[in-house]
Amino acid sequence: MRIWLQTVLPPAITMSLYFVIFGNLIGPRIGTMGGYSYMQYIAPGIIMMSVITSAYANVVSSLFGAKFQRHIEEILVAPIPDILIVLGFVVGGVARGIMVGAVVTIVALFFTHLHVESFVVTVSVVILTATLFSLAGLINALYAKKFDDISIVPTFILTPLTYLGGVFYSIDLLPGFWQTVSLANPILYMVNAFRYGVLGVSDIDITVAFSVIGLFIVALFGLSMRLMKQGTGLRA
Amino acid sequence: MNALELHALRKIYGNGKVALAGVNLLVGEGEFFALLGPNGAGKSTIIGIITSLVTKSDGQVRIFDTDIDVDFETAKSYLGVVPQEFNFSQFETVWEIVTNQAGFYGLEPRLAAIRAEKYLVQLGLWDKRFDRSRTLSGGMKRRLMIARALLHEPRLLILDEPTAGVDIELRRSMWEFLAELNRQGTTVILTTHYLEEAERLCRNIAIIDHGQIIENSGMKELLAKLNAETFVFDLAQPLAVAPSSAEFRFSLLDEMTLEASVDKRNSINELFACLSQFDIRVQSMRNKSNRLEELFVTMVADNGEPG
Repeated sequence: MRIWLQTVLPPAITMSLYFVIFGNLIGPRIGTMGGYSYMQYIAPGIIMMSVITSAYANVVSSLFGAKFQRHIEEILVAPIPDILIVLGFVVGGVARGIMVGAVVTIVALFFTHLHVESFVVTVSVVILTATLFSLAGLINALYAKKFDDISIVPTFILTPLTYLGGVFYSIDLLPGFWQTVSLANPILYMVNAFRYGVLGVSDIDITVAFSVIGLFIVALFGLSMRLMKQGTGLRA
Repeated sequence: MNALELHALRKIYGNGKVALAGVNLLVGEGEFFALLGPNGAGKSTIIGIITSLVTKSDGQVRIFDTDIDVDFETAKSYLGVVPQEFNFSQFETVWEIVTNQAGFYGLEPRLAAIRAEKYLVQLGLWDKRFDRSRTLSGGMKRRLMIARALLHEPRLLILDEPTAGVDIELRRSMWEFLAELNRQGTTVILTTHYLEEAERLCRNIAIIDHGQIIENSGMKELLAKLNAETFVFDLAQPLAVAPSSAEFRFSLLDEMTLEASVDKRNSINELFACLSQFDIRVQSMRNKSNRLEELFVTMVADNGEPG
């Protein structure tokens, strides 16, 4: 929050532009999707996109910044177990993800009406998704040796996967082959699970979506702990 | 009890460089211990392994009887570390840096605030407590790292060149502070390039070169090994030729400066008697270099390149 002008405000402005351009200007020409106006349909995806990018950016920049300035050593020389270090960074990422998600939700309410179909599903998907991408950001930061290394993954992997993850469309609109390819994109499951929580519609079975998110979290957490134990990127 | 025990400690870096080739070292509780060595000798690698910033290749490290392979968290709780390079956030204030450190060691916020005040006052940083660390001078940053390392009142304080780049007045006040800390029971391990600092503060010493300990003894025992001392005399009158003597080796640096090498079998009185014999009047005299420095240079030179 100390640098909210860099962390909270930019996603709010960017997402406002999405609502104006895709929702207000293009949306009425598209009509309804999944039984909702286009603006309502894309709102959960846009909120989830801000949660993903914020959680990831928070951890990758704070851990790499700590490595770069060497003040990560303060934590490494202290009697703190690896799991606490991992959880500390992840909780930070989740907190920022939730905060930015809440701000973008408020922005969305200026453009459209959103009712929450399932509060439990909505909140749990946000927390789990932010956890997943916080862990991914942590792994990226551990491997990163220079500033380029922390921008490559968001630019060339995260952004394309997010845009192709059903934020702006239902995969039912895609040809069969591309529908199958889309199922390999983990972000599709998160966006649809969140959309289910808010609107009650989803391209993916909600149980499958939670299972995929859970599996990714377990795998990334395991990898994070292994890298911490090995000292990858932290210890000589 | 030993504060630190290193047994057959080895470190081979990924590029094949052998940084430590089986180091054995004991540092007793309450000691003020100097770890000296030329650049790249392995001092920082040893400190890195003790503090978990470097992973060892082989060997055993025990801190107050706690094996780091068995319970590194407990072992680390005994340590306070002042590294060679500044490693605090440039965006945080002095107060935030020291109190955050307290959190890493599980100190209650109230106790952290009391200790933060105590050490910031002692180290002359109290007035700067709300300043961002990047605005501090080099000497203040060094003192901040000491205050931060002391906040959890460690039993073993490791200082890696703590007075590098610090002016002489501040260096002396830091010596007094560290000596007092040691008198109060904190074991201190110091690496430094200022050998005067090591000679003045430390009771025991180890010299490391090419990843091996080449000397480990008490400071007095080590200095007793010095076979000769060199003195420099500022003369009252110009001298054309250096005197010749069977007991002392003289050389003329310039017409007003004479250098004399004195074997430890000879006394300074005999040296002055010799000078008087040649009718040489001396205005002042000084050691050419610190005694420990002379020994250090000789030992490292004798050790040569690794085989």
